[in-house]
Amino acid sequence: MLKVEETQPVEFSSALIASFDEIVKRYPAGKQKSALLPILHLVQAEFGWTSAPAMDKVAAYLNIEPIEVYEVASFYTMYFLQPKGKYVLEVCRTGPCCLVGAEKIMDHIEQNLGVKEGEVTADGLFSWRGVECLAACGFGPVLQIGPEYTFYENLTPQSVDTLIDDLRKK
Amino acid sequence: MGRKLLLEHINVPGINTLEVYRQKGGYRAVEKALKTLTPDEVVEEVKKSGLRGRGGAGFPTGMKWSFLAKPEGVARYLVCNADESEPGTFKDRYLMTYIPHALIEGMIVSSFALGANTSYIYVRGEMMPQIRILEKAIAEAKAAGFLGKNILGSGYDLELYVQSGGGAYICGEETALLESLEGKRGNPRIKPPFPAIAGLYGCPTVVNNVESIAAVVPIINDGGDEYAKVGIGRSTGTKLISASGNLVKPGVYEIELGLPVEEFIYSDEYCGGIANGKRLKATVAGGSSVPILPANLTLKYANGEPRLMSYESLAEGGFATGTMMGSGGFIAFDEDQCIVRNTWNFSRFYHHESCGQCSPCREGTGWLEKVLHRLEFGHGKMSDIDLLVDVSKKIEGNTICPLGDAAAWPVASAIRHFRDEFEWHVKEPSKSQTSNYGLANYANPIEKKEEEVKQDNS
Ligand SMILES: Cc1cc2nc3c(=O)[nH]c(=O)nc-3n(C[C@H](O)[C@H](O)[C@H](O)COP(=O)(O)O)c2cc1C
Ligand code: SF4
Repeated sequence: MLKVEETQPVEFSSALIASFDEIVKRYPAGKQKSALLPILHLVQAEFGWTSAPAMDKVAAYLNIEPIEVYEVASFYTMYFLQPKGKYVLEVCRTGPCCLVGAEKIMDHIEQNLGVKEGEVTADGLFSWRGVECLAACGFGPVLQIGPEYTFYENLTPQSVDTLIDDLRKK
Repeated sequence: MGRKLLLEHINVPGINTLEVYRQKGGYRAVEKALKTLTPDEVVEEVKKSGLRGRGGAGFPTGMKWSFLAKPEGVARYLVCNADESEPGTFKDRYLMTYIPHALIEGMIVSSFALGANTSYIYVRGEMMPQIRILEKAIAEAKAAGFLGKNILGSGYDLELYVQSGGGAYICGEETALLESLEGKRGNPRIKPPFPAIAGLYGCPTVVNNVESIAAVVPIINDGGDEYAKVGIGRSTGTKLISASGNLVKPGVYEIELGLPVEEFIYSDEYCGGIANGKRLKATVAGGSSVPILPANLTLKYANGEPRLMSYESLAEGGFATGTMMGSGGFIAFDEDQCIVRNTWNFSRFYHHESCGQCSPCREGTGWLEKVLHRLEFGHGKMSDIDLLVDVSKKIEGNTICPLGDAAAWPVASAIRHFRDEFEWHVKEPSKSQTSNYGLANYANPIEKKEEEVKQDNS
């Protein structure tokens, strides 16, 4: 669901705008809307989520209606419509990963972080959630962490603990 | 050792760079096609090769290419489908990660054949590392003169771009992919018109899977006739199989089509058998959308002949006793796995991924998930089993895109072959929460009862 949690204005830096410009060049004249999904990824990488004011700015930049941005951001699973932890651990929860222990890994992450799926830890560092197949079924259980979507394969409770410790120290 | 046409050099250090890829014969196909062949001759070679689309449907690639409309003065597009999201499938990620130039080279040759001057590789957004790898490979190819204006002095121009998705399985369906590439929600389009007539931006468009496009490289290098000699019957060439589940060596394997399934599962050259000394209970041979089979029907037909890894052989027996090649996502279940739980898990996937346009799919996938949930968690009724069959029949064939069928088939086939296990969950609600049904008779030798099997077809 699209929840407008924050109405703080956002500023797009000139470097960010320049990266939008690069993307728009890939499409024929007048088809700049094609840049929407890649641009939303850049916005999320910059701000941690896609807030309504940020989406409005994207709409203005692409010269489309705000609703065209909202309907896209709410359709695709990768765009966060609410603030999340700095690191969002996304664990594959689909069949093949479950055959090799993904459910146990999710339970373990929940215990380690002390928050339920979708919630943010008190220090603002972590969220976690189950996601559908990440196309790494032979190397399960797997998780990814945005915005670069780094992959962690063949997870064990120990390797998950180490990963979380390392991220805390960063 | 089977022949390798795509992954032959996968273990060569630095093969992800243009320099090493070139040393191993890379970009020969671009040189050959652009300097010595006409676009139509390239299409002809692909037709001769018998290559069938590797994205799941298995439609002959050369034929698909020949349907592309070519109105004067209208741009044409080639779009590569790298949305890879079908549970059990991870071959495209592997290919793009380790040997990205195979895809770039295939894209150049294929775009030339189709007369496209701008082409896109639509990569699922989660594969950000692969997007970076492809962008680097494209920059290298461009610097070497294989992309851009007047490639190799042939007069042919091509720009190639990588597009990121936003996280949605449905965008693997080709018309949803095109919608997504236009910056919209991934709602599949009503066909006709097919993309070959009106695709990206309303222009004639071909959508092909990563592996299909990469296969064009050996086809052009060796000739379509040579490619067609590999494989078996109408299943020509090699196929990347993503093997997962309870196997000793899960991973991506390039096989010659026609390899016996038993050899694929048990030989050390491939999966090395079932992990932890367990026995095989079931397989999903071609990605989550294809029918699940018990161990005995995986290895052999109902008449006892060995089953092979080919389009025809996997489908032998139809829905009664066969399955499909699909995308080549091969999932193995050992004796401790619960078929009801896995079926519920897959239904949750399809419910989550339904785009919601058609009521039978949107509502039906939700019901399947709900009813399977109560069966798996010990609250089911006997009548639920037939209810599932009924719901799946009402989805099948009544939707805009094949996701509806893909959601229905796994449920219908699980009940067809594993009804005992579903019934056990109803009869033993508490036991089913703490123990599993086990191997039962699912690996028993098949009794030859051909007559009965045929009646099952209804
Ligand atoms: C729900 C759904 C998901 C699909 N996902 C993919 C996918 O991830 N990759 C792919 O290549 N084809 C996928 N397909 C098949 C495509 O629609 C299309 O047939 C294919 O990309 C054509 O390429 P090919 O002829 O080279 O196989 C999917 C189809 C459906 C119905
Ligand atoms: S079948 Fe399902 S996924 Fe396909 S168009 Fe209809 S609602 Fe969308």
